[in-house]
Formats: sequence, C-alpha cells, structure tokens
Amino acid sequence: MSQQAVHDWIRKTVAGNDVVLFMKGTKNFPQCGFSSQVAQILGHLGVEYQDVNVLDSAEIRDGIKGFTNWPTIPQLYVKGEFVGGCDIIREMFQAGELHQLLEEKGIAHHPATMTA
Amino acid sequence: MPMKAKEIEGLIRARFPDAEVTIRDLAGDGDHYAAHVVTSEFKGKSRVQQHKMVYDALDGRMGGVLHALALTTAPPKD
Repeated sequence: MSQQAVHDWIRKTVAGNDVVLFMKGTKNFPQCGFSSQVAQILGHLGVEYQDVNVLDSAEIRDGIKGFTNWPTIPQLYVKGEFVGGCDIIREMFQAGELHQLLEEKGIAHHPATMTA
Repeated sequence: MPMKAKEIEGLIRARFPDAEVTIRDLAGDGDHYAAHVVTSEFKGKSRVQQHKMVYDALDGRMGGVLHALALTTAPPKD
C-alpha cells in the first residue's frame, strides 16, 4: 500500500467510527502497557470503540504516526479528531475531562464516577 | 542504556530555557522515564500542542530510542 492509500484508509476508519483506538494488541489482549491503560479507561467508561491493532501492519503502525504527526502508540480518535496518547488520556480521565468530551460529542458511556 | 535522564533534560531545556524539568527513572533501568515539564511557552496551548512541543524538542527520539517517557506538561501557575 502506498502512504497515500494508508492515510486514506486511516481517514476512512476515523470518519466511519465514533471512537477509534490505534493500539498495540487488541482491546481484549493489549500487548503494551500504554495501550492497555487506555483500553482499560475506555472499558471503565463503557465506551464502544473500534480497536486497530498496529502490530498487524507495519504500514499502519508507521502511517498513523505520520497521519497524526504524533510519535507514539496508542492514539485515540473521537469523531474524527485526535484526542491524545496514553498520558493525555489518563490526565483527562483523572480530571473528568474525558467524560466531558464524550458528553459533548454525544458518545454513549457510563455515568461519571470518581476515579480510583 | 538508550538515553540518560540528563540527556533528556538537556534537550528539553535547550528548547525551553525557562522550563522546570523533573525527570524520574521509573524502573531504574535507564529506559522508563517520567518527565514533568513546566514552561511559560505552554500558556494558551492545548495538551496535545504542549506534548508535541516537547516531542519536537526531543527531535525524533520519542517513539524511537525513547520508548517509555510518561509525559505531563503544564504552564506555570501564576
């Protein structure tokens, strides 16, 4: 696949799914601690999301870094917009901002709970 | 040992001379760090923008030789 084709595929994936997590491994079997943390947070919030395992494809693994201009995996997209990587998602979750974002974007999720 | 804490700190300070940089070696193995960066240059910037500025300061090392850098950023408190 050309880089253009990879970027087109990513663009289509983030446009066609409300919440997409580019991660190492899958939501049920994360293969990296950072990806695992974000999957856990989304699971805790009860958010339905599409997982994309970048370990399945070197083209997507490199492609997503260029597409977002962000050097690391995981990467979370909500309604076609890049929200952040692991550190930002964790900070937003702890500050209640992730919950607020889901609310604003109309994404179904569990009601707010205090974080542990 | 891919990168020393001092080296990471030096790259960040070179880009943000006023920055307060705190680096912790999480596992004692020289490969898993946490960095906290506070600089006036983050004022008015989103979290994503702030992190991108630090990644730019690290000049391609993030995601490469530097696999595990847990990053938190903030503008100074007034």
